[in-house]
Amino acid sequence: MSTPLRVGAPTGWRGWLLDPAPASRNQARLGRWYRAWLAFHRNGLAMTGLVIVAALVLAAIFAPLLADRELAFHQVLEDRLQDFSWLHPFGTDELGRDIYARVVFGSRITLTIVGLVSIIVLPVGLGIGLPAGYFGGWIDSVLMRITDIFLAFPRLVLALAFAAALGPGIENAVIAISLTAWPPYARLARAETMTRRHAEFIEAAQLQGASSFRILLTQIVPLCLPSVIIRLTLDMAGIILTAAGLGFLGLGAQPPLPEWGAMVSTGRAVLLDQWWVATIPGTAIFIVSLGFNLLGDGLRDLSEARSG
Amino acid sequence: MIDVAAVSVTYGHGASLVRAARNVSFHIQAGDALGLVGESGSGKSTVMRAIAGLIPHAEGRIAIAGRVMPNKRPRESRRVTQMVFQDPYGSLHPSQTVDQTLAAPIAIHNLDNAEARIMTALTEVGLGREHRFRYPHQLSGGQRQRVAIARALILEPKVLLLDEPTSALDVSVQAEILNLLTRLRRDLGLTMLMVSHDLAVIAHICDRIGVMSRGELLEMTTATDLAEGRVNHPYSRQLLRANRGFDPSGVDVDVTA
Repeated sequence: MSTPLRVGAPTGWRGWLLDPAPASRNQARLGRWYRAWLAFHRNGLAMTGLVIVAALVLAAIFAPLLADRELAFHQVLEDRLQDFSWLHPFGTDELGRDIYARVVFGSRITLTIVGLVSIIVLPVGLGIGLPAGYFGGWIDSVLMRITDIFLAFPRLVLALAFAAALGPGIENAVIAISLTAWPPYARLARAETMTRRHAEFIEAAQLQGASSFRILLTQIVPLCLPSVIIRLTLDMAGIILTAAGLGFLGLGAQPPLPEWGAMVSTGRAVLLDQWWVATIPGTAIFIVSLGFNLLGDGLRDLSEARSG
Repeated sequence: MIDVAAVSVTYGHGASLVRAARNVSFHIQAGDALGLVGESGSGKSTVMRAIAGLIPHAEGRIAIAGRVMPNKRPRESRRVTQMVFQDPYGSLHPSQTVDQTLAAPIAIHNLDNAEARIMTALTEVGLGREHRFRYPHQLSGGQRQRVAIARALILEPKVLLLDEPTSALDVSVQAEILNLLTRLRRDLGLTMLMVSHDLAVIAHICDRIGVMSRGELLEMTTATDLAEGRVNHPYSRQLLRANRGFDPSGVDVDVTA
């Protein structure tokens, strides 16, 4: 039996992906992703953001191929504070290290911080917000008061206090940022859960005998996750800036690690005469933050188009 | 099969206590279909939800298939009673395919032969293999309601609760779904309880009909008696008139007060 060919319908692998009657679980899932990609693809700013974020990830993975590790860490005091040249595309810093190589290797630190904060903030935010929204009552009160307490602290100040108390370093910077970053996610997850907990498909799952844990995991998490991930992407700029701020104040990554905030901090002393020492890592922070914001905006447009 | 004895359901407490159902009793034989009619807020859906175990009942006794149902239902008792909801747009998870929706109850109850069960349920409700991996937004209202019925049937229940299963559908699709439900009841020997404000829909499925108003079951009648206007309670007569079309002279103010 042959399937009737629709006139003007895409054929080949695109036709397979856009098939309105998929023949398998994976085809249905891939088709859904492909449709989302088609919508995302048309959004120029969002694509710019995606390219920037992809460039950051690729730079972090292939840093040793893009730049010489030796140049990033080895101090050559006679080459200090050099202007742009073929050997040093972005010049050298006050210890004669190549700024281009340091920025490239610094992408690894930025990505590590961003990744670790996400890994901590997502489960904590969902873990607090989902039960609060789903069960309500005293569980909601207790969990939300805890959230309020953390929300009451100004972010950078609490992060500073933690970094100062635990000692400076990347790990402690990650912990400090995560501690201050999770409460909005708990609130978001709670709000998303509350709008859905009386939906008929939740009642249907209850009637089937599904446990609350199963309902939260299989029914509510898939609906909360898009908005939480969008929020996280939009927050990335803030996280990167906080990390850079901690580095700038000497409470983040420690020398000789090429953390961008710390690099700006050391360039501050020579800002007027050798402007590139502070400006190049600062520009890197700016571009990456912008990239995450554009990507987040694009994802939000996508999710609004889908639900609206 | 379903035994409801002096059941009352209340919401809130203290001064804001609302008695949504008062002292409701009825019995449904295995394989029978009972309809509850009444206007909005008459308590018919409340009684159904209490039987389903979605809301607790404050007083009285609900027994299904000879077992008294506590407010907290044991998991295996869920297989006996399943429900089809009013709104086929709200009762399916928007980001799950038909396949995922049907596979969930199988996973919850650790049943074997998932593949065969899903295909059987789809065939029973008149859907084909091509609908299996679609998302709800790729289905029509009638198809969605068929998926909701398939989800209810996949646990092989003895009792099917129907909460206005056709009111969100347009008329031609309504008839299809009603015929499907009639056929399923006959083929699978299901016991049905249906709630609706549409007497024609109720009469199509149910042999016996209960009239509810303000949380009370006023009268039990049969589909034929209702069709021929043989009802006793003044409220039932008014409901009957209201269903035939609006007639201001027939409105009897506050007959149940």
